[in-house]
Amino acid sequence: MTPAVSFQGVSRHFGAVKAVDALSLDIQPGEFFAMLGPSGSGKTTCLRLIAGFEQPTAGSISIFGERAEGVPPYRRNVNTVFQDYALFPHLNVLDNVAYGLMVRGVGKAERHKAAEEALALVRLPGYGARRPGQLSGGQRQRVALARALVNQPKVLLLDEPLGALDLKLREDMQEELKSLQKALGITFVFVTHDQGEALSMADRVAVFNEGRIAQVGAPQDIYQKPATRFVADFVGSSNVLPPDFVQRWSGQKRWGSLRPEAIRVNLGGGAKGNEGVAARLVATNYLGATTRLALDADGLRLHATVPAGSALPREGEQVTLSFNRESLHLMEEGA
Amino acid sequence: MSVQATLPTRQAPAVLPSSGGMRGALSDLFWRRPRVLLLLMLAPPLLWLGIVYIGSLIALLLQSFFSIDEFSGLINRQFTLKTYGDLLQAANLDIILRTVTMAALVTLASAAIAFPIAYYAARYARGRWKALFYLAVMLPLWSSYLVKVYAWKLILAKEGILTWLLAKVHLGWLLDGWLALPYVGGSSLSVSATGTFIAFVYVWLPFMILPVQASLERVPTNLIEASSDLGASPGQTFRNVLFPLALPGIVAGSIFTFSLTLGDYIIPQIIGTSRLFIGQAVYAQQGTAGNIPLAAAFAVVPIVIMGFYLSGAKKLGAFDAL
Repeated sequence: MTPAVSFQGVSRHFGAVKAVDALSLDIQPGEFFAMLGPSGSGKTTCLRLIAGFEQPTAGSISIFGERAEGVPPYRRNVNTVFQDYALFPHLNVLDNVAYGLMVRGVGKAERHKAAEEALALVRLPGYGARRPGQLSGGQRQRVALARALVNQPKVLLLDEPLGALDLKLREDMQEELKSLQKALGITFVFVTHDQGEALSMADRVAVFNEGRIAQVGAPQDIYQKPATRFVADFVGSSNVLPPDFVQRWSGQKRWGSLRPEAIRVNLGGGAKGNEGVAARLVATNYLGATTRLALDADGLRLHATVPAGSALPREGEQVTLSFNRESLHLMEEGA
Repeated sequence: MSVQATLPTRQAPAVLPSSGGMRGALSDLFWRRPRVLLLLMLAPPLLWLGIVYIGSLIALLLQSFFSIDEFSGLINRQFTLKTYGDLLQAANLDIILRTVTMAALVTLASAAIAFPIAYYAARYARGRWKALFYLAVMLPLWSSYLVKVYAWKLILAKEGILTWLLAKVHLGWLLDGWLALPYVGGSSLSVSATGTFIAFVYVWLPFMILPVQASLERVPTNLIEASSDLGASPGQTFRNVLFPLALPGIVAGSIFTFSLTLGDYIIPQIIGTSRLFIGQAVYAQQGTAGNIPLAAAFAVVPIVIMGFYLSGAKKLGAFDAL
């Protein structure tokens, strides 16, 4: 199958800064693909390379098998939902949504009808006459979505589209975006720095670090089997364990990761041999459904989450930690 | 984690330190009543605007409703529309029409020249280049207006550098052909309407560039990108996004260029034909002719035109994107 988007050794350098560095990636048609990473990791530059706002310094980009280098943004059947929506302030909502059709020469009646339909799709029917300035953040977000979708793009790019929304609205929009993507079957490429968002929405996630992809995979794989220390740390804040520590438990001198919820915290100290890890409780953070404990195991900082209602040690108290060997995940070398 | 935290030990300040004398009391007063401070700050400009500016405008308006006794040359302080009737005489109407046409042409030319310069400055110039841009635009404003106008008179003169240059590149025939045209021509550029036009455009150009640049700077880059992303070619983006959003700046600039041209009497005096502009007519009427009412009526014309101009611009939606 021809990938929807294919990067072959793509680099984008800004002077000495390697925003994207020799990156290869295939995004499949109809996929909800998330690009996850901290700011400056190159994920937004990747999105802009697909949109055509940036041109690669090296390598090749194809969209549905067609080479895209040197093709301007306005000749790509790819649309973007911008981070701050980028709605045209001088046009009303209907003309904003109909803009893409207008510049393609679609007649007024036809494009307004299509725009109305697109507004209905994002559950904003009858908002056409308003100005973007009169809408709330969530509504603007929907208009931006309708404005992109009305052009029936082959690939829809979303640049942190939920970043500016408050928590409740963000969760609603996550569900809505996902069901919309399922219903329309359009390839979505979604950029975010929120690992929870990436894991909950995407079919596949690429974790970016310093212009390269640290790991690509299904959310479960990324979460449970992080490939590198960076991924373990960035995605869901796994405990990163140094090789010396890992050797005691697995016999292999490699870096390891351990999910905070995989650690059992037993009251009382006095761990012996390989039965458990002696640690001291440093701090507790109450998070509602769980409580997160910060622990100090002979200089190694560990985090454990325990369900609400568990008996908790006091800060400064000695405890014994245990975990199943299977939950200790060994990572690739380096990084 | 337990953190050992202490603040540096100094003598602890009082919880509610007492105010520090007169100045402290004054600060407290302004804090409690912010309107007092606002009033104090606004009083001088409001007095200036209210009395000196609006007051003299009203005095001017009143003068224009008086008339002059043609026999004695004395001002008849009786309310009449006769002076405005005089404005409609062919010679006076000609002056008004000439001035308005010139102002409109100067405004259009200024906008056309200013836009690319302002666009470059707003979108591309950074750091040192931006400083250079501001310097280049503002520098002419630092030298005397009269010096600039006389400099242009020399440049445009028959023996001036422009004629010489055109002759050198064998385009002298072009200049001669242009000067042979009615209305815009004359015996040389410095005594033609074209010369007046060139000097006007040069002198008022900074007043167009700066507001256009400011308005272009406020157009977020991602709107340009969004337009392109939605399939608009650069030309379509210019027409549908950039120009409408820059329009308030262009209108602001055109208010300067248009009204300054309407009111100016020095440039047409020094460069151009002997035909009068409104400013010259006002000057002549209140001076040698001693016809203050007619001078006042002439002075009201630009005010009325600007009023129409602004309401027209508002109807066109020029201020929508503000």
